[in-house]
Formats: sequence, structure tokens, C-alpha cells
Amino acid sequence: MSEQDVLREFLLESNENLNRLDSEILELEQRPADKELLASVFRTIHTIKGTCGFLGFPLLERIAHHAENLLSLLRSGEKRLSPRLVAVILECVDAIRKILGHLEATQKEGPDEYAALLDRLRAAVEYPEDALEFLPPPAEAVPAEIEKTSAVSESAIRVDVGLLDKLMNLVGELVLARNQVLQFTTQKEDGALAATAQRLNLITSELQENVMKTRMQPIGVVWNKLPRLVRDTANACGKLVRLDMDGAGTELDKTIIEAIKDPLTHLVRNCCDHGIEGQEERARAGKPPNGVISLKAYHEGGQVNIEVADDGAGVDVARVKLKALEKGLIRPEQAERMSEHEARNLIFLPGFSTARTVTNVSGRGVGLDVVRCNVERIGGTVDVFSTQGKGTVIRLKIPLTLAIIPGLVAVSGGERFLIPQASLLELIRLDGDCAGRIERVHGTPVYRRRGHLLPVAFLNQVLGLERAAQDDVVNIVVLQAEDRQFGLVVDGIKDTQEIVVKPLGKQLKGLTVYSGATIMGDGRVALILDVLGIGERSGVLTNRGAQDRTATQTLAAAGSDNQRMLLFRAGSFSRLAVPLSLVARLEEFPQTQVERAGGRHVVQYRDGILTLVSLASVLEPGSPADTALTNDPVQVIVVADGQHSLGILVDQILDIVDEAVAVRQSTNRLGLLGSAVVSKEVTDFLDLRAVMEAVAPEWLGHQAANRAAIVLLAEGSTFLRGLIRGELEMAGHRVLEACDATEAINRMEGVPVTAVLAGSNLPPDGYGGLQNALKQRPNLAQIPVVELPASAGSRESMLASIAQLASAVATRDLAVPAGSVEGKE
Amino acid sequence: MSTVQTTQYATFVVEDLFFGIDVLRVQEVLRYQEMTRIPLAPRVAEGLINLRGQIVAALDMRRRLGLPPRNVERLPMNLVVRTEEGPVSLLVDEIGDVLQLEPADFEPAPDNLTPSARELVRGVYKLKDRLLLVLDPDRTLEVNELLEARPAGSN
Repeated sequence: MSEQDVLREFLLESNENLNRLDSEILELEQRPADKELLASVFRTIHTIKGTCGFLGFPLLERIAHHAENLLSLLRSGEKRLSPRLVAVILECVDAIRKILGHLEATQKEGPDEYAALLDRLRAAVEYPEDALEFLPPPAEAVPAEIEKTSAVSESAIRVDVGLLDKLMNLVGELVLARNQVLQFTTQKEDGALAATAQRLNLITSELQENVMKTRMQPIGVVWNKLPRLVRDTANACGKLVRLDMDGAGTELDKTIIEAIKDPLTHLVRNCCDHGIEGQEERARAGKPPNGVISLKAYHEGGQVNIEVADDGAGVDVARVKLKALEKGLIRPEQAERMSEHEARNLIFLPGFSTARTVTNVSGRGVGLDVVRCNVERIGGTVDVFSTQGKGTVIRLKIPLTLAIIPGLVAVSGGERFLIPQASLLELIRLDGDCAGRIERVHGTPVYRRRGHLLPVAFLNQVLGLERAAQDDVVNIVVLQAEDRQFGLVVDGIKDTQEIVVKPLGKQLKGLTVYSGATIMGDGRVALILDVLGIGERSGVLTNRGAQDRTATQTLAAAGSDNQRMLLFRAGSFSRLAVPLSLVARLEEFPQTQVERAGGRHVVQYRDGILTLVSLASVLEPGSPADTALTNDPVQVIVVADGQHSLGILVDQILDIVDEAVAVRQSTNRLGLLGSAVVSKEVTDFLDLRAVMEAVAPEWLGHQAANRAAIVLLAEGSTFLRGLIRGELEMAGHRVLEACDATEAINRMEGVPVTAVLAGSNLPPDGYGGLQNALKQRPNLAQIPVVELPASAGSRESMLASIAQLASAVATRDLAVPAGSVEGKE
Repeated sequence: MSTVQTTQYATFVVEDLFFGIDVLRVQEVLRYQEMTRIPLAPRVAEGLINLRGQIVAALDMRRRLGLPPRNVERLPMNLVVRTEEGPVSLLVDEIGDVLQLEPADFEPAPDNLTPSARELVRGVYKLKDRLLLVLDPDRTLEVNELLEARPAGSN
């Protein structure tokens, strides 16, 4: 054994011992009379002292020596263990650990002399406990760092991980050979062979299972460090915290243990700092002064669940939302639609921190997002549950092992690919008529999944593979990457299987679309898709992210007047817009399906007849035949007002934008509301009502007596404004928007506003506030002000009542008191 | 490799070129193996093979040397080379004998080699009837070069 090897052995052993020491000393604090525990602590220190004397590390020896002296006094009962003594002993352990770290890195003991610590140790041995009061207090307790200890843990025998990996490989190969033998036996009618093959089968499975187990470690390996962390963190925050642990024996693959070490430490520290309240606050809430953090680990459905729970104040959903809004992490309308559970999960967003003050320990806004990121990297998930005032539970779901994961076998371009089950949300199979239901927005394919647009990528295109023969069936694999979802269209879906993940060689490291490869049952290699990489390469993920960001930025800049619009091209109009709220769907029809009935172009659509409108005939009467009809398939925007649907023929869908419309310039041209600058280009706004009137006047017959009005819509919520605006525009009104009373009044300057619709909670003083303000202005006092129905109730009843209001405005029948409007609660 | 002693070379043929590679760097020689294509990978990376449970990338030497593609009916052989990051297979036309060569016969690479071959060749041994090109395995497997060799924006 070389000197290097001796040192290595010593470091391995001492590190293992120190980890145990930490927890033992803390236990000792609880049960100072436990002789056995004391003896064990004494032995550990003694061993370290003995070995380092032998190896010639004088400083280490001196510290261990004095610590041993102190412990021997405790053991003999001459001294009693006090918190002060515990602190000194823990300090020793830290010093020893630090020196060991230096030894490992530089083979020297490091520059620090630890003179102060040695003095304190000597004093602790020589003077009685009360005399120690005069001594300088131990250096301010600094939370134990999450130090990178050498990769050592408690185990009966040390085996090189490389060897285990090799074993794992061999077993994998054996499994393949076994599969081939089994296949072979089925072709031969031989009883003895069949029986032997069966035995081989069983033994191989058992061997595989056991070799996998050799890589398993109890989660307690990581938990060991936490009691100390909790103690130090709690001290630093001036709180009393107890740590309970349950299920420390739950085993996980070694690589996973490594990966969750930091996230777990962070979560526990976070519980101490944010979760558990201060002592006075706890007393006010009628809770015991001691906060409890409990760790729990258990197996469930082939995964390990790890829960970090505290009995603290819980997550204040309102404050979380407010904070997220403040930091621009979410948009106001998002905040309103968000469920409590979704809102709680905002704490995992980058840049989020609700701590009122930044403490030494946490509150700097980095942290929980890193936790989520790390956990997701190994295929796990993080979820938070909380009852306000009662506590918070953060649950990690972690796969048992990284080496073997369940995966879905998908086929594309004649090749097999594996998709990790952890990223898989659902499978959608479209056949027959539904097969065409992948629509395109601005060239980006999307699929409507339960009312939400899911961006879609075609695996064939992403990987540059040839397309399989077009058949009627479309298979969409819905995937989750980070917090975003997208659909991946594949040619076929086979089954799921357990796969052994193998890395790709150095030559292929640059390929982000694969996370590795595996060997299939037939001995051939198949590639494992990296879901994030695929999403990014196909542009599905980056695009959306960028859009979200720009949308938030414009929102922040413009304040409020945002509107979602669908942009399209039709005839000689290169850029037309309609509010997205009026668009029911986007459809494509083969040209052959377009028929003529009653002098109009129609298609059979959803058990009915959909009239197609050529915009050219409305906007440019007498122009040559519409080019939109010569497209195959024909592109159609379906608009609906609840009773009727109308298909507008367009040449191309350009984009969907969410933007503040800067300048509106009105026009006298029939069928257009006016033009404005949208995304830096001049865009014409389609007057849907006029289009309908031109095409199917009978639909609007009941409204014939109505007159279009200019309506000022004053409402604090952007989301509601968008909704109501669409409805009002549908009824033919011009709409001005304002987000508070002041803006409302400014907007009305010099504009002949027919009516004001105001939200009941309009900032700053509600509906009444605006009403009073208007009454005081002689030029505005005559304008009727109507209170909008409260936003409670369903979207449908809300829309219905807005529609009523809209027609009331049209007939100038504004005597209708808002209170009687249906849907108001 | 720059030892004065005689060195043993495993030899192989690609198109009409006769190559040698230090025998100590060769792990094994295999018949043609079924391969799995790697979409989006550099074109040199022909596919992945299963080498007794280990997944090994196979690089086509013809592509690497800028030579015309192999006749489809002619299946390549695998020359598995050891590297620090595990084995890599080179797809070659034919495998030859292991030759023991004297340093006296060694000369630097001639200038009239194709540029892509010259950068991979350390030198030449003058044999009785033909020339043996000594291949530098590390430069042959150079990743960055391989990845950059891929035309930008191609799939």
C-alpha cells in the first residue's frame, strides 16, 4: 500500500465517521445520559486521533486530543453535557472536517491554526461549566455548508462504482442472450431445453434485480446531514425546530442520491427559514413553540416519494400571486384564472422569493427553481401542498434509478425511438375525420386539446427522416418539458418497456435531441429522445417562451390596452385582423368539399352547413373571383355569435398577436373598422358585423333598428376587458378602453361617447366613484353609466349578460338597471 | 508511438488506400454489424452498433477521408479502436494482416495525398510492393472536426 493509498483510506474512514458523529452528538443533546452513545462518540474521536498521530498530522491530532479529553470527562460523569459544550464539540467536528478537506485536496492540513477553538476546548476541560460564561462565546453558528464530502457512505464493503456499472452492462447483455435463447426454444420441441431455458430465464431476472440493488443506497445517507443543518439554521433564525425522519431506509440508486442531495438540503433549509414561524408568531397562532419539520420517504408505484413537511404558516396564495405579479413572472389575467394549487407552484419559478426580508439563509430569490430544475433533470417532479396556517408539504417524486427507466417505444421514419415515460403526459390518436385536426397558426402546427392550443412538432421533420406513407391515423405523444407542453407526432406507437440507458459516445455528444441509447430485445440499438432537446430543435418550446416573454414585456410597457388578434391575408388585403375572441376555430377544407347552395359557397360542417364568405366580394365589390377559393385545401376562419357560424375564406393565416393597439384610424370603407399598427405593420381591422350584414342580413334582422355606438369600457381587469370588448364589437360598437377612473375621463375628452360601462371594482373607487366623478363634469354628466355584471358565475352567463348590455346600448335602452342583468350574483 | 523499436500495425484497406494503425490501439475486428442510423448526426457517424451490450458509434472511413461511397453490396468491416471514452468502430473495406515494420522504412506523408487523408496520416512505410499509410487514430476520431464538418443548417 502506497502512502497515497493509506491517506485515501484514512480520509474515507474518517469522513464516514464524521457523518455519523454529527447525528450522534445531536442525539446526545437530547439524551445526555446515554452512556452507549457517549462511548460511541468517544471511540470515533479516539480513532481519528490515533490514526492521524500515526500519519503525522499534528494539528488534527491536537484538536482530536482535546476533544477526546472533554469527552472522557463527560463519559466518566465528571462533567455534564450542556448546550455550550455541544456547540464546542460540534465546532471540533467542523474543524476536523475542514482539515480533512484540505488533506484531500492538498495533502496538507491547511493554514488555519484553530487557536481560538483549542483555547475554548482547553477551558471547557479545565473550568467548571459556570466559569465558561466568561469565555468568548463560540463563533457565531454558521449553518453547516453542504460540503462536497468525498463520495463515501456507510456500507459493509466498498466496491468501485465502475465495477458495478460493468456488472450492470454484463447483466444487460445476459438478458439479451436469454431473450434470444427463449426465442430459439419456442421453435424447438424439446422439453429438457424448455425447462433449462426457463431456469435460465428466472435466474437471469433475479440476477438483474440484485445487481441493480447493489447500486442502491438508503436515503438516510443524505438525511444524516440534515439534523445538523436544521439545528444551525434554526439557531441562526432564532427559532426552535425539531426534525423528524421517517423512512430513512428507503433505497435509491446512487446517482439519484447524489442528485437529490442539494435539492433536499435546500428544501429543509427553506422550511426552517420561511416555513416555520418565529416563536412569538407561533404563540399567537396557538401552536407549540417548537416547530416540526418532518421528512418522509416511501415507495409508491415504482417511484420514491420524498416529502418535506413543516407545521409552519403555510403558503399564502394571495401573497404569492402578488409577488409573482410584482416581479413580472405572470400576467394579471393569468393570476386571475389560476387555481390555488397552480398559484402555490409559482414559488418554483426562477426569481421568486416571498421572504419579506433577505436573510443570511435564504430569500434571495434563487433556490426553489434550482430545486425543481435538479429534480426534473433526473426525471422527477416537485409539487407543493399547503394549508394556510397549518403547514406546507413539498413532495418530490423521484424515479428509483436512472440506469433503468420506463420508456415508450415510438416509430418514425422506420426507426424506433424511445421516449422517457417521465416526460409523457398522454397519447392522442386521431383517425378518420379527426386526422386533419392539426391546424396551422402562422405555419406552426397546433392541436386543440380540450380547448387549449397545443403546439405540435413532427418527429420526422425534426430529425429529417422521410415521412411514412400518409395514412388516416395521426399519433400525437403529448410531452412535458420543464413546465411547458407540446405534442410530438410519430408514425406509430408500440409498447412501453424498461430500458437500460447508455450514454452516446463522445463523437455524438453535440446532439441535444438524444439523451442516450439503449439496446432493444432484438439486440439492436435504439435512440432515446431528449424531450427538451426535441422541443427546442423543433422550435416548439423556444418560440413559445420568447412569445410569452415579449408579451409580458409589451404588457409591462403598455400597461393595459392589450388585445389578442388573429392576423391573416385575404385577396388584396395583405394584413387583416379580427379579435381572437370572435374566432371559433380555424379550419381547412379540401376544395372538392366546397359546394354552392343558394348562390353562396358552403361546406358541410359538423352536421350543418357553413356559409363561406369571400371577403373580396364584401370589401372590393366587382373584383375578380376570390383567390382564396383556388387554394387547396381552402383556409377558413370560422366566426360564431352563438346562434350562427360563418366561414371567412382567407388566403393565409399569419399570426396570433397579443398587443396593445397603438393607433386606430377609422375608415369609411364598408366591412372595415379601421386600421392600426400591429406588430409594426399597418393592419386593417375587419368589421365582422358589416361582413355578416352584407352576406346574411337576415341574421341581424332583429337588430336592424339598432345603431352602433361608441362605448367606453372602464374595467380594471385586462382579461375581462378583452372578453367584453369582443362582445361589444360583435354587436357593432366602437369600444374605448380604460383601466381606471382617471383614464376613463381622459378618454372621453372630445369623443361623443354613447355610454360608459364600468366594472363594479373599477380602481380607485369602484363603479360609484366614476359615476360621481362624471356627474361633477357638466359635459359628461348626461352620459349614461352602466355597471358591468360582476365577474362571478360562468363565462357563458357573463357573456350572455354582456350581450344584453350591448343590445341595450344599441337601442339606447339604458334604463335597464345593471342589477337585473342575468348572471349578476 | 514514436519509439525507435519496431511497431506492429493492424492493416486495412479503404478504396485503394492501404492503412496501418498501431495494433495496441485496436480492440477487435468484427464482421459487418447491423446498425441503427442516427438522424441529425454528422454524416461520418454511420450508425450505432451493439458491441456485447456496449453501444458503439461506427464512423465511415470513406466519408472521413472524403472518398466516394462504398458499393452498396459490399458490406464494410468494423475495426474497433480503443479510446479513453470507450471503443469506437471504424468502417473499412477490408481487413489485412498484422505487420511488423522497421523504423528505417518510415517516411513522412507524401504531398500528393488528398488533403483530408493527409491530416489523418502520420507517415508512410515503404513496403516491397506498396505503401502503408500510418493512421493517427486520435485525429481520425476528433469530434469537433466531425461536428463542424457538417454543413450549417443541414439536417
